[in-house]
Amino acid sequence: MEILDRRLNPKGKSLPNRQRFLRRAKALIQDAVRDSSAQRDIRGADGGGEVSIPMHGVREPSFSLGQGGMREHVLPGNKEYREGDEIQRPPGGGGGGSGNEGSDDGGGEDSFRFVLSREEFLELFLDDLELPDLAKRRLAQLVDPAFRRAGYTSSGSPANLSLSRTLRNSLSRRIALKRPKPESIAQFEAEIARLEALGDPEGDIPELRAQLDRALRRSQRIPYIDPIDVRYRRFEPVPRPVAQAVMFCLMDVSGSMTEDMKDLAKRFYMLLYLFLQRRYKQVEVVFIRHTHEAKEVDEQTFFHSRETGGTLVSTALEEMRKVIEARFPPAEWNIYAAQASDGDNAAGDSTRTARLLLEHILPAVQYYAYIEVGRDGEHGMPGFPRGATDLWRTYEQLVASGAPMAMKRVRNRREIFPVFRELFRKRGLTEEATA
Amino acid sequence: MSAGTLSPRSPESENSPRSQASDLLLYQGSEWDFETLRRIHDACEEIALGEMGLSVYPNRIEVISSEQMLDAYASTGLPLFYKHWSFGKHFAQHEALYRKGLRGLAYEIVINSDPCVSYVMEENTATLQALVIAHAAFGHNHFFKNNRIFKDWTDAKGILDYLEFAKNFVARAEERFGEVAVERTLDAAHALMSQGVHRQRQRRVPDLRTEELRERERREYDAERFNDLWRTVPGKTQAHVPPSELERRRSLLQLPQENLLYFLEKSAPRLAPWQREIVRIVRNVAQYFHPQRQTKMMNEGCATYTHYRVLNRLHEQGRISDGAMLEVLHNHSSVIMQPEFDDPRYSGINPYALGFAMMQDIERICEHPTEEDQEWFPDIAGCGDAMPVLREAWAEYRDESFILQFLSPHLIRKLRLFHLSDDSGKPALRVDAVHDERGYRRVRQALARQYDPAWTEPDIQVVDVDLSGDRRLILEHRVLHGRTLEEKEARLVLRHLAYLWSYDVLLKEVDPNTGAVLREHAVAPPRD
Repeated sequence: MEILDRRLNPKGKSLPNRQRFLRRAKALIQDAVRDSSAQRDIRGADGGGEVSIPMHGVREPSFSLGQGGMREHVLPGNKEYREGDEIQRPPGGGGGGSGNEGSDDGGGEDSFRFVLSREEFLELFLDDLELPDLAKRRLAQLVDPAFRRAGYTSSGSPANLSLSRTLRNSLSRRIALKRPKPESIAQFEAEIARLEALGDPEGDIPELRAQLDRALRRSQRIPYIDPIDVRYRRFEPVPRPVAQAVMFCLMDVSGSMTEDMKDLAKRFYMLLYLFLQRRYKQVEVVFIRHTHEAKEVDEQTFFHSRETGGTLVSTALEEMRKVIEARFPPAEWNIYAAQASDGDNAAGDSTRTARLLLEHILPAVQYYAYIEVGRDGEHGMPGFPRGATDLWRTYEQLVASGAPMAMKRVRNRREIFPVFRELFRKRGLTEEATA
Repeated sequence: MSAGTLSPRSPESENSPRSQASDLLLYQGSEWDFETLRRIHDACEEIALGEMGLSVYPNRIEVISSEQMLDAYASTGLPLFYKHWSFGKHFAQHEALYRKGLRGLAYEIVINSDPCVSYVMEENTATLQALVIAHAAFGHNHFFKNNRIFKDWTDAKGILDYLEFAKNFVARAEERFGEVAVERTLDAAHALMSQGVHRQRQRRVPDLRTEELRERERREYDAERFNDLWRTVPGKTQAHVPPSELERRRSLLQLPQENLLYFLEKSAPRLAPWQREIVRIVRNVAQYFHPQRQTKMMNEGCATYTHYRVLNRLHEQGRISDGAMLEVLHNHSSVIMQPEFDDPRYSGINPYALGFAMMQDIERICEHPTEEDQEWFPDIAGCGDAMPVLREAWAEYRDESFILQFLSPHLIRKLRLFHLSDDSGKPALRVDAVHDERGYRRVRQALARQYDPAWTEPDIQVVDVDLSGDRRLILEHRVLHGRTLEEKEARLVLRHLAYLWSYDVLLKEVDPNTGAVLREHAVAPPRD
């Protein structure tokens, strides 16, 4: 009898099977992910979760007997039946005890539920999206250095001692300095002992003893391992190219923005953040809120504190420009900006906004997304162009001129995912979304 | 120590009336380590081999985590299996149910191999481990080693190596020919898995000694029956009829053939060698599992009976504590729970329940027979020792024959079994037989039939191939009692079959009594 501990084996033994399954059912799962993401809130999207796909897509068929014909059942637990009794068929076919064939009466076979991990969920959800514009990479100064083997060194920590290299040096030094081998010393000793036993017929013993003495002294003077033999493996820090991104969240927090609108904006920002995180190792987030003046704030303030005042969008852009200049040189950072607003802007501010964007912001950023949040059912018929807001009109011109910019209206929580997907859809597939 | 902390041992060490007996205990509390497992195994071995006279393969007990258990579940209980998406699907399914708490995990999985591998979960308590070891490492193990079907059909020594080979072969094929191509072949072969077994034993070439013996017997028989008169009776001259084209073809292709995978492996015209090997692997695995399907009830009965006896004995000897015994009984009774037919939990007859009940019933017949038993089982009633009878039954029977032979009227009454016939042509179900004097035999027969694969599985055979024409493959389903195939599924399977065969496939559903064709399904191979 033997007892083995199999728990030591690496985890995830079933991973290849799972990957094969996900690949096989990819189209179905992707649909399911999209469907479920329309309902779930953003926190849910972050957490993976259960999806359900139609069974027929992943069925493993086999020959089985269908309905009809003569069947027999032997059942336990008879109470009142006697031989010859007739029992009315329960509605839905099958018969009281067709336990084995019971799958036709329930939904068990129709859909297949299982759990996706967060990684898998995001992977599938963001699968056909891409970040516009190429990432800029730069060599970050030792922010996240990688260590690389770089030859040997004569000093270092004992943990890095290279035994084979050390012994190689020691061996060549011993050979070069003619350190007597232990075998040759043993040979001398054996020879002396032999001659002594014979009574030293030829008088060689003193000579031999002198030789042995020399050999012994020599081997003592030439050490087996000398400090100069010792070598350590050397590691060298190498700066890793880091693609880094910064995401600017701009939001109008003036009185006209309700909590609902802010909630919509927040959901959008979080999706964008998740998306960027998947593409970049390092993602910084800068929150800028504005009324008639703009300020960089922390996340808590950004979403939750209220301000009163007018609305000057240009102030936020100005603030963003300053932050970029101060901390995020466009040559080194991939800059993304997302602006949420209800579309209000002070009458005279539009030209200034457009100029700022065109001259300072747009040349620096990879992508600028503008979502205009509104209340559900606020603006007339769907698809019918409503009276465009000031900001919308301003931005529309910029987009038309081919700036790296996209804009969308969002009125309902449900629209966040589709809108997001549309904004980041792979280019070339649908240019009309922005045009 | 703050008040209220109760170490699990304190009650026993303080006021146990048999504090000396507690030295005998194999373990205390629910914690265990490998040494405990070894002690438990040795104690079980003593009883199972010494007192019950079981004979087992050497045991190998492997401790795994719950995730690994899920994994083993998903790949049909085999630890090292080739990769396929369907196992990932089953894993996902089991996992979803398990995480939600809708379903527990089996405590063990045991593999019919030599040495016999039992997987036990690390989450199990010491008592559960004892239960599992008695159940799997001795009960199932004995059954695997001694049952005739397993002996005839499976190769316990070779299976682990074969699985290893299969896994590597599939992996290599994936590398060389692409995952998609391999997956497609595996899909197709899996669809035909339950038609991929030889149900009858293949004719063995008898060795020369038996051949000679048989020849002598034949001659003796002829000599006994010799009567010169027959020579004088005028008879037809035996004209030698040349075999028809059909017969020639049939013998060439070994038709009719019920093992579809075997047929495809040997005769499919356009399979690549690696595809043939994959078909063969799937066929061999199917064949390996075939005995388990035919002996599920007995196998579980044997294992359950064994663990019940071994643990009771351990308790009698004072080697497991009263508390542990209560845990055993709790688990035992939930395993053999049999809901009645009108219970919402009912989903067929629980093989553990029926198996265990029958084993206990045999014990009762042997040791305390009633008059009825004397009449029904004259051979074994009152013979005193049940073990030889049980061992014989475990070795020589399968579910169907076991029920036919050993289901007693006493047990039929106890389970209140009744037989219901369900004819879709009639408006109502009919109770054909109940647990009374007139019904025992019929109930028994009907129950036995439920365990007969020939009765429960469709009988599909390859009957002909149009070799001179379009190479269409013709299959026949011999329809029993008007139970035709589920059409949608059948078409899907046929599509897989057509993929492997590479030409048209026709399945006829035939009533064997009248020869009338009830339905036909024709499928063309998928175009690439």
